[in-house]
Amino acid sequence: MTELLASLSDGLLLGFVYGLAAMGLSLIWGVMRVINLAHGATMALGMFGIYVIFSQLGLHPYLALVLVAILGVLFGFAVYWIAVHRVINAPYLSSLLATFSVNMMIIGVGTAVFTTTPRTVDFAVGRLQLGAVTLLGTRLVAALICILVTAGLYLFLYRTKPGKAIRAVANNRDAASLMGIPTARTLALCFGIGTMLAALAGGLIATFFPFTILSGTGYQTKGFVICVLGGLGNPTGALVGGLILGAMEGLIPVFLPVTWVPVIEYVLFVVILLVRPSGLLGAR
Amino acid sequence: MTGQAQNGIILQVQGVSKRFGGLQALSNVTFDLPERQILGLIGPNGAGKTTLFNCVNGVYPPEEGKVIFRGRDITGWQPYDVARMGLARTHQIVRPLNELTVVENVMAGACFGHELRSLGQAEAIADEVLTFVGLAGRRNAVAGKLNVAQKKRLELARALAARPYLLLLDEVLAGLNRSEIGEMVEVVCQIREQGVTILIIEHVMHALMNVSDRVIVLDYGLQIAEGTPDQVANDPKVIEAYLGDPKLAERLMGE
Amino acid sequence: MRALRYPGFWLTLGLVAAGGLAAFITRSATLREDMFLLLMYVVLASSLNILLGYTGYVNFGHIVFFGLGGYVGFYFLSQQGWALWWAALAGGVASAVLALLLGLAVLRLRGAYFALATIGINEAVRAFVNNFGPFGGPTGMSLNFSAYGAYGGPASALWLTFGAMFGLTLLVLVVSFLVKFSRFGLGLMSIREDEDAAMVLGVRTPRTKTWAFVLSALFPGIAGVLFFFKNGNVEPVDAFRLQMSIEIIVMVMLGGQGTVLGPVVGAATYERLRGYLLTSPVFKNLHLALAGLLLLIIVLFVPAGLIGWLRGRFPRLRRVLE
Repeated sequence: MTELLASLSDGLLLGFVYGLAAMGLSLIWGVMRVINLAHGATMALGMFGIYVIFSQLGLHPYLALVLVAILGVLFGFAVYWIAVHRVINAPYLSSLLATFSVNMMIIGVGTAVFTTTPRTVDFAVGRLQLGAVTLLGTRLVAALICILVTAGLYLFLYRTKPGKAIRAVANNRDAASLMGIPTARTLALCFGIGTMLAALAGGLIATFFPFTILSGTGYQTKGFVICVLGGLGNPTGALVGGLILGAMEGLIPVFLPVTWVPVIEYVLFVVILLVRPSGLLGAR
Repeated sequence: MTGQAQNGIILQVQGVSKRFGGLQALSNVTFDLPERQILGLIGPNGAGKTTLFNCVNGVYPPEEGKVIFRGRDITGWQPYDVARMGLARTHQIVRPLNELTVVENVMAGACFGHELRSLGQAEAIADEVLTFVGLAGRRNAVAGKLNVAQKKRLELARALAARPYLLLLDEVLAGLNRSEIGEMVEVVCQIREQGVTILIIEHVMHALMNVSDRVIVLDYGLQIAEGTPDQVANDPKVIEAYLGDPKLAERLMGE
Repeated sequence: MRALRYPGFWLTLGLVAAGGLAAFITRSATLREDMFLLLMYVVLASSLNILLGYTGYVNFGHIVFFGLGGYVGFYFLSQQGWALWWAALAGGVASAVLALLLGLAVLRLRGAYFALATIGINEAVRAFVNNFGPFGGPTGMSLNFSAYGAYGGPASALWLTFGAMFGLTLLVLVVSFLVKFSRFGLGLMSIREDEDAAMVLGVRTPRTKTWAFVLSALFPGIAGVLFFFKNGNVEPVDAFRLQMSIEIIVMVMLGGQGTVLGPVVGAATYERLRGYLLTSPVFKNLHLALAGLLLLIIVLFVPAGLIGWLRGRFPRLRRVLE
């Protein structure tokens, strides 16, 4: 029972980060109908970002996160203008392959630069003892950061002008542009935020587990599952979906070997796609 | 698979209702369509006309009611099964197969309609139909490169190539200028002369009233009038429905 | 057969035949090995083209058919002592069956969602095979060297396998042409252009898509068996290489999706490029990144690929560049 509780609580805390990771994907899909297949690779970049800043510059990982977030936005801008802008109105295949090619490039360069040796970000923030269950400090801080970021995102989308512009463009791109909203720049901003969320999530995950440039792919699949669970373009939905997935991941290894988890997630993903397509078809 | 018209009635729509979430798009729409008749379907924007077409040809099933085509209950059938019964339709916003040539587009109609023609036969039929609608000169052009009027004719040609028993035309005149409208109306009359029954949605009122034998009026999903063009034009309920759209009412009353 | 009327048919087959025959005539082992790989990529790219180019459905996990078919065929070869031909056929059938079952599940998904669903397929099947006892788990299976004796010794077996791959390639190309100029092909392309409009026209989309999927799976399955027979062993990590799946997409896009010559040109060009990159000290580690860059350039600027671009630029040559 303790094992179950421990696993579950760990999974839930992890779920916050999954939710954060999925938020970026969900935002980009919900607003511009682009499936960002470079999402996982961007998360991996976030992981390496923290690693490099921590080990080379000696900056505390949580401070490094801020830097990673900023770099994430800038990176998102770059990817948008270079790869996505031209094909934003083309058939889905084009944007799919465009983001996929970015994915390939990140992984390709990443493998060349960092090789496939797993890296870790070695630091700890203690533990919290809740009865029989021990909660890792890193997990708690990460969960807290996720909640803060989600709240921040909400405030941004609903209280600031650029945020409202993003929602307008999501709702009706042509009408928004007729109203004077600079659509291309708004889309770029949205993409940048989505990428930032991915990088942030990656950075947080770097504080939990060892990683390679390939680690992002698994989280991307989880991201897709969460998007279908939580509904698109919906930050809270992503967070809730993340928690559900995290809880599942906490529970499954108690009953099955952990190598089954990716297979189960994948099957779940396909099943949800088939059974509740409205999950991916735009419940905004 | 093709069935037979019963007592000369090729299509029976019985009590068809369709809801989208909170919106009742169609309520209890009922009418019979005899063979070789041209039945006009009019109503203000949002009245449910295209929705009715979609329920008839299988794009989505109605919540209530039945659609009987040539004696077979086709309610809720998939569009391809309905097409194979000999029902063809055009779309309000044209849907050409962009990367294919004009002739290939039309061949698709002949190949997958109820006649299920081979490619060779389909090509011959396509050439015939293209001449009929006046697109023979652009036979080998890529469909995506045509202008709107040509695309409309292509859409019509594709539907005709299937040699349907019943043709559903959805605003086939929209976006055309006066002479183009005249030409298209001619074509529609010729289609009827070839034995095809036609159900036509139109906003270009004078054209529709001239070409239809009978007219049905929808408003907010309800059938508010049915009769000859004259009867419908003078029906106070119809005029009231359109008064929300003064230009249309004016035109209506002017016929 | 309409296809015979097109010079493009003869050109494409001629090119491939020339390549294959060159190896036979010169009896050069190096050329044979080169051509074997090239022909294999042509088979993989052309078969993907049936789904991607003709039907407009992207399969990110295409290599799964190569891997699973290869595994099944290899199993019959090495553990059950079947002859190569029967094993290869079994591999092809196994892949086709996988496609049928998968198709039932995921072909209901449209466009982008289907693509998403295919991303995990390769991983899921690899994970499964990794745990599957009869297929040797993570270590896979190997062929006893003496097995080559039944084919006249290793050297003779290599030539035989090459001949089989050559025949398979010609078969795929002929089938690609037949499909392209058939009513079935017209149905596929209608689906690609506008699936809803195709349904209204009378195209039985679920059935049609499934056939395209199954057809695209059959040939990689057979190719897989031939490849692993030549290799003498098969392991999950080799059979389900995601990178290969990606590279096949690049080949199809590079050459020109929807044409028959396109995947041939794309496979040849990419293979040469890859070979050059792998032997160059500078680019050795970057070939995936460069493939990605290449894909991006194609998607942004030349989405029709080399052959597609040529067809657009020189409409007169359309019948030749099919």
